[in-house]
Amino acid sequence: MVEQKVVAATGNTVVAEAMRQCKPDVVAAYPITPQTTIVEEFAAFVAKGRVHTEYVTVESEHSAMSACIGASAAGARVMTATSSQGLALMWEELYIASGMRLPIVMANANRALSAPINIHCDHSDAMGARDAGWIMLFAETAQEAYDNTIMAVRIAEDYEVLLPVMSCLDGFITTHSIDRVSLLDDESVAGFVGEREAERALLDLEHPVTHGAFAGLGGPYLEFKKAQRQAIERSRAVVKRVGDEYAALSGRPFGVLETWGMDDAEVAVVVIGSTAGNVRHVARALRADGKKVGVVKIRCFRPFPYAELAEALSGVKAVAVMDRAESFGAEGGPLYLETRSALYDASNRPAVVGYVYGLGGSDVKLELVESVYGDLLDIAGGAAAPAGPVYLGAR
Amino acid sequence: MATLKELTHREDRLAGGHRLCAGCGASIAVRQVLLGAGEDPVVVGCATGCLEVSTTIYPYTSWKTPFIHNAFENSAATISGVEAAFKGLKRAGKIPADKRVKFVAFGGDGGTYDIGLQSLSGAMERGHDMVYVCYDNGAYMNTGIQRSSATPKGAWATTAQVGPAQAGKQQRRKDLTQIMAAHGIPYVAQASISHWKDLTEKAAKAFAVEGPAFINVFAPCPRGWRIPFDKTVEIAKLAVQTGFWPLYEVEDGVWRQTVKVVNRKPVEEFLRPQGRFKHLFAPGNEALLAEIQADVDRAWEQLQRRFSEA
Repeated sequence: MVEQKVVAATGNTVVAEAMRQCKPDVVAAYPITPQTTIVEEFAAFVAKGRVHTEYVTVESEHSAMSACIGASAAGARVMTATSSQGLALMWEELYIASGMRLPIVMANANRALSAPINIHCDHSDAMGARDAGWIMLFAETAQEAYDNTIMAVRIAEDYEVLLPVMSCLDGFITTHSIDRVSLLDDESVAGFVGEREAERALLDLEHPVTHGAFAGLGGPYLEFKKAQRQAIERSRAVVKRVGDEYAALSGRPFGVLETWGMDDAEVAVVVIGSTAGNVRHVARALRADGKKVGVVKIRCFRPFPYAELAEALSGVKAVAVMDRAESFGAEGGPLYLETRSALYDASNRPAVVGYVYGLGGSDVKLELVESVYGDLLDIAGGAAAPAGPVYLGAR
Repeated sequence: MATLKELTHREDRLAGGHRLCAGCGASIAVRQVLLGAGEDPVVVGCATGCLEVSTTIYPYTSWKTPFIHNAFENSAATISGVEAAFKGLKRAGKIPADKRVKFVAFGGDGGTYDIGLQSLSGAMERGHDMVYVCYDNGAYMNTGIQRSSATPKGAWATTAQVGPAQAGKQQRRKDLTQIMAAHGIPYVAQASISHWKDLTEKAAKAFAVEGPAFINVFAPCPRGWRIPFDKTVEIAKLAVQTGFWPLYEVEDGVWRQTVKVVNRKPVEEFLRPQGRFKHLFAPGNEALLAEIQADVDRAWEQLQRRFSEA
């Protein structure tokens, strides 16, 4: 573990700092609330000459990801950042980035999708892209946003993986709140991420290659997609290995999911992002009252940690899944669906209740979390599970 | 400027054996443009379309030079990213500082005038050292001859059909070359595959300037225009001779006609040989024909006033 500098900074500031320390050759980005301070602070690094990065101030998010794809195919280390409508505008390009097997690291400041227009936090943007073939990390805190950004570079560029990585942090809650963050020194980060060793790069001029060929006339499209599936499966081991190495460097353990109180918990809440803090806070108080409650926080949503989640929930009677996104027409939100799927083959199949909360930044009050645990304890005591998804705090 | 003899000794970067139709104007445009690139290596980007699908059928490729296809509307943004990588990697010391590479993006009129206009405008404004080449065949040919904003007024297209209520496309075409000139970039030109020397010279200039350049190349599509495949060059020449497609360049803001047209032919001579315009010659459509001629005349006169007498 190396010495670290402790600072008070926002999530966006430390994401920009992590980007600087990872030394991208190209950053192509377009401003959108609440991502903006990432690209502004990175622009300041450019202006001060603190990075060698070619900073491409594109005219849209679609062009941001298009330029990132060109730059990554060229052999460069490439990073960007977006949010909400911007991620939605990139939708076509998200699939192309992963389909062309290009390592690109993108911070996403989680924000609600229109309509109605809303600038505040939920996970609709990222969850809408969950089938796009990106590895997806979620941060609870500014610290995790910083750490995830650095790990994402190693994961994306690993030859066994070669996939884009989305590093998500909650809009305003994490992007704009000042938090206590330990920062690694520049040399440690540079040593950890190394240099990108691109193969079959466009700029390997002596060995011309064609990127983005047409596999549509009875071509091996299906086989390309199978190879992509195999790559994201291989990434499970790489995420774990990179997480372990990062833990050794930083002293901060990384798991695809993190548990609190799960050793003897009878009920548990599964949650993603900043709300995990509120949930742990409530759980701690309930524990003090003798209630056997636990928390599972998902940190890596793609690939989804099915086995790890089933293991974590193996001893509980009731589970609440808190989704900060909808999947209209489905039984519940995206995390609910994954959790149910993870438990299908489990020997212990607890009751699972879906909660939709915090959409468009609606308040996640402690009483709401208390009500969730209240429901779970009732179910554990024999009460019927409420029909989900329950809209927490809806007026 | 290289002589014809010298050009014939340059290696083709687009190999033969691709699947474009016989008489396709796009491949002629690509060959002539790339001959203009000289000896420096060239990285090619291409929008989704005939050129892309016909030259990169996996596991084959016709490109003997680095090539990237991303999507339909973003050939300019994609190549701008490659060019940015070149700059970034140079600054990182991973590419020698004196290394020279050319970057070119191709797109059809659908991918350029319409869906890719924003991406093109952005890339040009940002000043990337790249050339954008539109091969303009006046419709969405790859998807089956649907009208674009480059389709001429009166032309038949599968989404601008001919019937008692409508005689083909109702609107005038967009003047993309002038829109690009309005960006104030170092070099903009309008060229035609029928005038190989003019086009190759324009390509050479476009590649030579530092910063962005744009060339709009007239490139007939026999299939979509309903012409025999051996008439591609002839029809393209008539477009120039009738003033339908004037050949000019805008170099650092100075407008210059590169091929003078002494006795401008009636536009009818360009329209009549093409099946897509045949309804214009049916009785009752005389007024529409006159309107098209008037449009050509007006655009011609307006353009003449922009040219410097240098």
